[in-house]
Amino acid sequence: MFMQRVFGIPDRWRTFGRRTIQEVSKLGIDSIPLVIIISLFIGAVIAIQMQLNISSPLIPAYSVGLATRDIVLLEFSNSILCLILAGKVGSNIASEIGTMRVTEQIDALEIMGVNSANFLVLPKVVGFVLFMPALVVICMATSLIGGYLVALLTDIITVSRYVYGLQALFQEWYVWYGLIKSVVFAFIISSVASFYGYYVKGGALDVGKASTNGVVASSILILLFDVLLTKLLLQ
Amino acid sequence: MIEVKNVTKSFDDRTVLHDVSATFYTGKTNLIIGQSGSGKTVLMKSLVGLMTPEKGEILFDGRDIIGMDRSQIKDLRKEIGMLFQGSALFDSETVLGNVMFPLTMFTRQSYDEMYQRAMFCLERVNLKGAENKYPSEISGGMQKRVAIARAIALNPKYLFCDEPNSGLDPKTSIVIDELLRDITHEYNITTVINTHDMNSVLGIGENIIFINKGRREWVGDMTQIYNTSNEALNDFVFATHLFQKVREYVVENERPTPPTSATPAAK
Repeated sequence: MFMQRVFGIPDRWRTFGRRTIQEVSKLGIDSIPLVIIISLFIGAVIAIQMQLNISSPLIPAYSVGLATRDIVLLEFSNSILCLILAGKVGSNIASEIGTMRVTEQIDALEIMGVNSANFLVLPKVVGFVLFMPALVVICMATSLIGGYLVALLTDIITVSRYVYGLQALFQEWYVWYGLIKSVVFAFIISSVASFYGYYVKGGALDVGKASTNGVVASSILILLFDVLLTKLLLQ
Repeated sequence: MIEVKNVTKSFDDRTVLHDVSATFYTGKTNLIIGQSGSGKTVLMKSLVGLMTPEKGEILFDGRDIIGMDRSQIKDLRKEIGMLFQGSALFDSETVLGNVMFPLTMFTRQSYDEMYQRAMFCLERVNLKGAENKYPSEISGGMQKRVAIARAIALNPKYLFCDEPNSGLDPKTSIVIDELLRDITHEYNITTVINTHDMNSVLGIGENIIFINKGRREWVGDMTQIYNTSNEALNDFVFATHLFQKVREYVVENERPTPPTSATPAAK
């Protein structure tokens, strides 16, 4: 019912376009610094841990680069990143819409004859889903740079072996797999958080609860769909 | 004109409105008054279609909102302006953006035309100069006036106000009351005001509907209210010593003296 209202035809395409660009900026572009910081450090940590765990003479040294790359492409850059973004973006969406609900701004839209669900939620869903692949690509690149910096600044692995590992046995499908998953997760984060915000009843305390519930629910759904999509896309 | 005929609304087992009938006249300030929990907010929300009564009719110049489908309600709502208790201004928009919002959504006007109209509305509520401020940067009284400007931007036929004086000081309340009354007369709007502010009741109550325990108990105007024999209404309106004194004075002198006329409005 809620999604039916959200995916109605916008009253004004121009307004919808303007709001979508605003949401891309607010939900997507504003998340880039967080994505870069997290990816850089986690990429470095993965590389160090791989080196510690693959310190066998039977396993080639370039495996550190290969394992770092595969972990980043398959899981970190999409699932783990989206779990992190569920906290940032999900709580942002739920609290914004929830506050609009308790301060009667949504009622004001309805009274004016505006489909409030469509007007408020659709630009967020479209904007975030559209920009999510960009965040994933940034995450992939930055994580691998994090690993590269470990190779460059420490002596646990040589740069050439790390870079060789990044290129070895590369499967392009892993990138697509990560992008497909991220788009689904972006939809889950934006729509679930919007739902919880839209149906808030009460005051400021309830907005906080809705925000928390939105993050928890979207995180659980992300994990569930992670399993389903992995089974579907990788087997 | 809005006619409410035998409207009943319940929540679970609790009936909040019992067979309420009332008429709200065009060009008049129609007040719905009653104690907290009396059902006046439910009546107001039913009038604007935010709640659907189980029984009865709500006729907007003959058009029953209860039987309307979504698109018909949407069309009707373009004729409705509403002032919410907390102003309900969009935080992310400036004052000008708030007033222009209904124009951008429902008209095909150029930006210049919309700007001119929005500035006219802001001027009408004495807010010229505040157009670039955000709602958080202006006072509660100014926010109410912005909300009024937004409500009248599309030249509505019906204006609904939910406790417009809530949270305002008496002087600002009078400014808002007089603004609502003047706009109602100027544009010949059917204005419905939900209030429990006695200054409003005695100052701008051209048609007053008293709701008590979900039933319409009394209908009259601000001059008739002084002589009412309805006990619940007397208890409600003349609850304070000050208003009892006002009533005694008015009854003794046999003419109404609305409190608003005694105090010049602060612009």
